[in-house]
Amino acid sequence: MPSLGADMEYGTLLEWRVGPGDNVKRGDIVAVIDTSKAEIEVEIFQDGVIGQLLVTEGTRVPVGTALATVRAGAGDGAPPPPQASEPIAVTPALQAETQPPAPAETPVPPPPAVPRPPQVHRLRVSPVARRAAEQLGVDLASVAGSGSDGAITKADVERAAEAVAPSVPPATPARAVPESASAPAPAPTPMPPGAAPAEPADRAAAMRLAIGSLMARSKREIPHYYLQTQIDMSRALAWLQEENLRRSVADRLLPSALLLSAVVEAVAAMPAMNGFWIDDAFRPAEGVHLGVAISLRGGGLIAPALHDADHKSLDELMAGLRDLVKRARTGRLRSSEMSDPSITVTNLGEQGVDLVHGVIYPPQVALVGFGGIREQPWAADGMIGARPVVIATLAADHRASDGHAGSRFLTEIDHQLQEPEEL
Amino acid sequence: MSASATVTVSYREAIRESIRESMLADQRVFLMGEDVGAYGGCFGVSKGLLEEFGPERIRDAPLSESAFVGAGIGAAMGGMRPIVEVMTINFCLLALDQIIDNAATITHMSGGQFQIPLVIRMTTGAGRQVAAQHSHSLEGWLAHIPGLKLLAPATLADARGMLAPALADPNPVLIFEHGSLYNVEGELPADAGAVDIEHAAIRRAGGDVTIVAYGGTLTTALAAADELAAGGIEAEVIDLRVLRPLDDAAVIESVTRTHRAVIVDEGWRSGSLAAEVSARIMEQAFYELDSPVARVCSAEVPMPYPRHLEQAALPQASTVVAEVQRMARASG
Repeated sequence: MPSLGADMEYGTLLEWRVGPGDNVKRGDIVAVIDTSKAEIEVEIFQDGVIGQLLVTEGTRVPVGTALATVRAGAGDGAPPPPQASEPIAVTPALQAETQPPAPAETPVPPPPAVPRPPQVHRLRVSPVARRAAEQLGVDLASVAGSGSDGAITKADVERAAEAVAPSVPPATPARAVPESASAPAPAPTPMPPGAAPAEPADRAAAMRLAIGSLMARSKREIPHYYLQTQIDMSRALAWLQEENLRRSVADRLLPSALLLSAVVEAVAAMPAMNGFWIDDAFRPAEGVHLGVAISLRGGGLIAPALHDADHKSLDELMAGLRDLVKRARTGRLRSSEMSDPSITVTNLGEQGVDLVHGVIYPPQVALVGFGGIREQPWAADGMIGARPVVIATLAADHRASDGHAGSRFLTEIDHQLQEPEEL
Repeated sequence: MSASATVTVSYREAIRESIRESMLADQRVFLMGEDVGAYGGCFGVSKGLLEEFGPERIRDAPLSESAFVGAGIGAAMGGMRPIVEVMTINFCLLALDQIIDNAATITHMSGGQFQIPLVIRMTTGAGRQVAAQHSHSLEGWLAHIPGLKLLAPATLADARGMLAPALADPNPVLIFEHGSLYNVEGELPADAGAVDIEHAAIRRAGGDVTIVAYGGTLTTALAAADELAAGGIEAEVIDLRVLRPLDDAAVIESVTRTHRAVIVDEGWRSGSLAAEVSARIMEQAFYELDSPVARVCSAEVPMPYPRHLEQAALPQASTVVAEVQRMARASG
């Protein structure tokens, strides 16, 4: 069971797309799993022949559980004997893609050694406290331990349960929509304390717990610093208007595509923002896999990756964004999209706010936020005029970079938006 | 005699009274051991019994534990109800072959044709400056042996009441009397009699932590509980009473309420009864634990002779208090 994000501990195998004896090649979809956030298509990262399926459909298993065995190399289609098989390497793409292809003479590639998956944090929790947390629906990642050796005790969990407002079960199933089209969240319905089930049947409630766990971990572990800058969008919007006049309605670009593209270009100039903080060290990402925060109508948030955004044209970015939002809506994101984002962008401008100070998605090291594009009085060249202005913010991990680098990064985004024709 | 009438007795007197009562009640009962007759017992337990019952039933034995424990086993097989006194638990090592290979196994080996209704009493424990060959707590070793029942009277009532049911048991029963308890005095109902020898007992109720003790360490555990109560931590003190078979249910029930456990055992930590109790808690109540089980045991050295070193080697109430405070910090 691959880890599709630092907040994922379990996944449910919904559907096998392959069976014993099937030939598979790297990138094939082999299964569909349900995280607490979405249904995800799982890719395989090596060529081979499927041996045994070890987990039956509908089974919920911890991250790291072997789902199937696969024999490396092309086969004759016959199911291999079990002893010739190795557990399938459905590891996070973060791992697999950093590994060189196995030499042809090696029958089975060795399992990836480093980097370790993002899920490395282990809480010290007493057994009874862990049970109490499940019963009370308390996120252990947000509880400070007061027991021996800093362990979280039952009393700690009970205090946390009293302090935290109960989670909100939405009335409707979670539906993914882009930020620009999301409706206001339904009014919260109070839930009696302690009523949260150990395994919420409602995915939205589970997602709430997962987001809470991850964001608490981010705020607990990552020393955020925040920067913001105002960007004059008049050139970018003027170019966009002109460009869209030449296009059919279906092919028109949205300002958000320009903003995303500007971030991608700025990352190329400031790679220290693009990567992961793992085991006390910054590990730069290979390629720019731009996480795009997509809010869900039922509540909650998902931030899948636009893969290889640094090799995509503006049109490809726009198409990729549309595709990503559509598939998030139908619950068919791919495993690599969940595990790969190397930097995330959140755009709350359409919601009417001026700026957003984001929370970094571990183990990433930076998150760029955009507020709304507003007409503002703008002084330039000794003149005051009304111009469309957006406030770009940066939340960055102070372990990985300093304010100086962050400033250059934001400034580079500004520069990119002043030359929209280059995007 | 009125049920409400009490008498002041010592632990030593309570045991003596239990022996008297058993000998009066059953002609098959006799006492045998080193110096139990003319001398009145090394610890004075049998003082006066020779005069009362005569040398046929209060029998001085030669200095050979293997011989007189073996004789006791034979007498039990022959229909008697012997009480064999071994001066200290260290000396019972000389009789281990008789205890383990005969007393504990003959019923099994004979397919139930023979039973061994034998009681062996022995002194255990330290604290009296009698050094490393007379002070150890080896109950844990004997608790390893199937076929034996082990009792550890820690109170006057148990000192008074455990012998009769032990003699009534058709199989060998070992009774460990902690040497530091003989002079303890207290009130006992004048008609005190047989007690249950199946179950552990809660000697002090509390909800924050379970302190498990037996024999000589019950005093330590209760003192620690008093000190903890002054600091706002309510400890429940469990007296194991029966060291084999262990009353798991009592311990687990308590830990299920308190979620923390400290075991106080005068034996050495490695391979101790404390280790066994700890393992059972982990096996049966892991998901109730709010902290790792702690053990307060004797230092792993031969028991020192100098008083200050002996005390330093023994489980102390202050150590128990510190362990509980470390693990129960969050409960306050």
